[in-house]
Amino acid sequence: MELTGAQALIKSLEMQQVEVMFGLPGGAILPVYDPIIDSSIRHILVRHEQGAGHMAEGYAQVTGRPGVAMVTSGPGATNVVTPLADAYMDSIPLVVVTGQVATTAIGTDAFQESDITGITMGITKHNWLITDVNDIPRVVAEAFHVATTGRPGPVLIDVPKDIANQTMEWYWPEASDLDLPGYRPMTEGDPAQVRAAAELLLAAERPVIYAGGGILKARATDGLRELAERTGIPVVTTLMARGAFPDSHPLCLGMPGMHGNYTSVTAMQRSDLLIALGSRFDDRVTGRVDTFAPEAKVVHVDIDPAEHNKVRHADVAIAGDCRLVIDELLVALDSLGLPHSDATRGGSGGAPSDAVPGAPAASGSPAATFPRERLTPWRSQLGEWQRRFPLVYDQQPGSGALKPQFVLEALRDATPDDTIVASGVGQHQMFASQWWQFDYPYTWVNSGGLGTMGFAVPAAIGAKVGRPDRMVWAVDGDGCFQMTAQELVTASSERIPVKIAILNNAYLGMVRQWQEMFYEERYSEVYLSPDLPDYVGWAEAMGCVGIRVDSTEEVASAIDKANDIDDRPVVIDFRTDAFEKVFPMVAAGASNDDIMVDPSLLGGEGR
Amino acid sequence: MSVYGTDKRHHTLTVLVENKSGVLARVAGLFSRRGYNIFSLAVAPSDNERFSRITIVVDVESAPLEQIIKQLDKLIPVVSITELDPAVARERELLLATVEAGPDTRGQVIQLVGVFEGKIVDVGHDRLTVMLAGAPTKLDDFEDLIRGYGIVEMQRTGRVALPMLDRSGGRARQPVADSPIAHTIEKAG
Repeated sequence: MELTGAQALIKSLEMQQVEVMFGLPGGAILPVYDPIIDSSIRHILVRHEQGAGHMAEGYAQVTGRPGVAMVTSGPGATNVVTPLADAYMDSIPLVVVTGQVATTAIGTDAFQESDITGITMGITKHNWLITDVNDIPRVVAEAFHVATTGRPGPVLIDVPKDIANQTMEWYWPEASDLDLPGYRPMTEGDPAQVRAAAELLLAAERPVIYAGGGILKARATDGLRELAERTGIPVVTTLMARGAFPDSHPLCLGMPGMHGNYTSVTAMQRSDLLIALGSRFDDRVTGRVDTFAPEAKVVHVDIDPAEHNKVRHADVAIAGDCRLVIDELLVALDSLGLPHSDATRGGSGGAPSDAVPGAPAASGSPAATFPRERLTPWRSQLGEWQRRFPLVYDQQPGSGALKPQFVLEALRDATPDDTIVASGVGQHQMFASQWWQFDYPYTWVNSGGLGTMGFAVPAAIGAKVGRPDRMVWAVDGDGCFQMTAQELVTASSERIPVKIAILNNAYLGMVRQWQEMFYEERYSEVYLSPDLPDYVGWAEAMGCVGIRVDSTEEVASAIDKANDIDDRPVVIDFRTDAFEKVFPMVAAGASNDDIMVDPSLLGGEGR
Repeated sequence: MSVYGTDKRHHTLTVLVENKSGVLARVAGLFSRRGYNIFSLAVAPSDNERFSRITIVVDVESAPLEQIIKQLDKLIPVVSITELDPAVARERELLLATVEAGPDTRGQVIQLVGVFEGKIVDVGHDRLTVMLAGAPTKLDDFEDLIRGYGIVEMQRTGRVALPMLDRSGGRARQPVADSPIAHTIEKAG
């Protein structure tokens, strides 16, 4: 069967079970857009290529399947640079196809030419410039393989226009036809290291499981839960791992880091063993590295061996897939005599160590004295911190300024538990991560590593396309919303009923917070205005329902109204308190020991 | 005046890469992007036409060697990496230099080239172009000595290296096999 390169490309995407792609055509990619008319793949026409990239990310994060975006050369390609960088930082599998000028024109500064493989070399897991039409099916197969295996990440395929127009004899490669001699990701952990990790787990007195986004990427949430419950070890979930372990679980401490809660941050600081699972000791988690968790030994499980010893020395480093390694760890714990028990489900209440008949609990072996009893002082310490330093805010009734936390609590309580929440970057993102209760995996979609403002609206659209059965809310800031709001036109025209809650404080709020706290209240270029633009009018102009909320009394009814609308997007403009700050906070460059809690908790005695 | 010498801060990595366009840019880009320093770089086709070999001398004070190797290993076209400790490697480099050599000094320069077992590859009225291949330290010494006569132009290739042979067993030594990170390095099946 003879196909053009363009037809072969679309057919290759079909062979990869692509059901939807996000994109916007242009000159160099024109040939590839023609066969889309006859394809089973749904194409969603965006209003700006950045939107296509973030939609593909949102889709990938909630489905676990690679997101696909297609754009033209030059400016089309450079407009997806931000989503590629974002996906690279957060290890999101993405396949981006870009048009390129004809091979004969490459290097001549042709119209809409940009060296996109050169530009994206440092922000993709790999990229390809196709120079032979016969390579197309193989390169597409390689691209999906690289994007989705090992540590997932974005890849880019650059397709010159003349290559798309040439013809080739169709084939589909076998796995053995892939030409990737330098790519062999690890999966299973080294048994000796796993055993060493298990021994450390059983010996620790103040252990913490430091769960990162790798748990979600590896589909390891069940294993994580079993590990936590069997050992009684508490779990912190990083910004990228919210939902990887249920917030309602008694062993869940919530989010650590710069705006993490006091208990989560301090548990890591005082810990004698950090079990890092798919987390990477990001600077937002560690604070000042040389004062981070000074007494802790570290077990570090990551599929990317380059993460080991990058920031923090690992006493036991295990290169492997979190799901497989956790399973191996559970087997190793069995062999060390750790009993099976669900006694920690309800919190304390130690079960007898011979709860499981036949479990070898020879006295003197580490497991014989383990654990739950031994961890009791640690867990009661954590409980005390949780009581003393909860997350707080002060919502005055009536006409008092509307607090963003109040809005989030109302939204959380009025939506189904498995609602998907997307957010942008800034104060609203931290409030959302703190105040939402994430009890289901793959319900939190945000830009963690890169911190991309404007992520929420397109990511929510992509998430809704991937999970049309779920309610999808974007929690956005007014600054973020203005960056990518035009994609609501895409959502309206494609009938994608996402819901947007703008926490409109008329400021670039996080920057304002820093200027208040660290720049002597010198507010430089952070004021945005609450009513320019007119958000309700703008929403309606884009085919959405627009609602404005000024006071606490209006919050519940506005959310109920939004939840009832299922045929178009809804935007609620919540006018929130511009002076509210995110607490707790660890200042940039400060030690996690110097965490600042909400001033109302201090009551005159130290921190 | 040692340029490379046997400085402990330097390690030699021989990197087998797929012979595809852009590979050198990927390797060099990784070094600049992550703030590692390249001291010298030599690239040539390997004995298998599918692959090229890049020999990189890295400044290991700019980052732990382990981190450099692991990041390099993540590049898809990088097939294998061998770390050569200068103490267990045979390292060679080529130097070409045009030296002032008027009637008064020509004899001395020729003599010096002879002592170092170099070659005269071009002769002008009052200049010579000389070639010397050898261990980097030897080239350093030669460079020091001819500097006094006046170097007009000089180029060095950057070093290439192979592991020392293990005389007891007769097989090539595999220095990385002893390294704790060896399993991340040898991924070519």
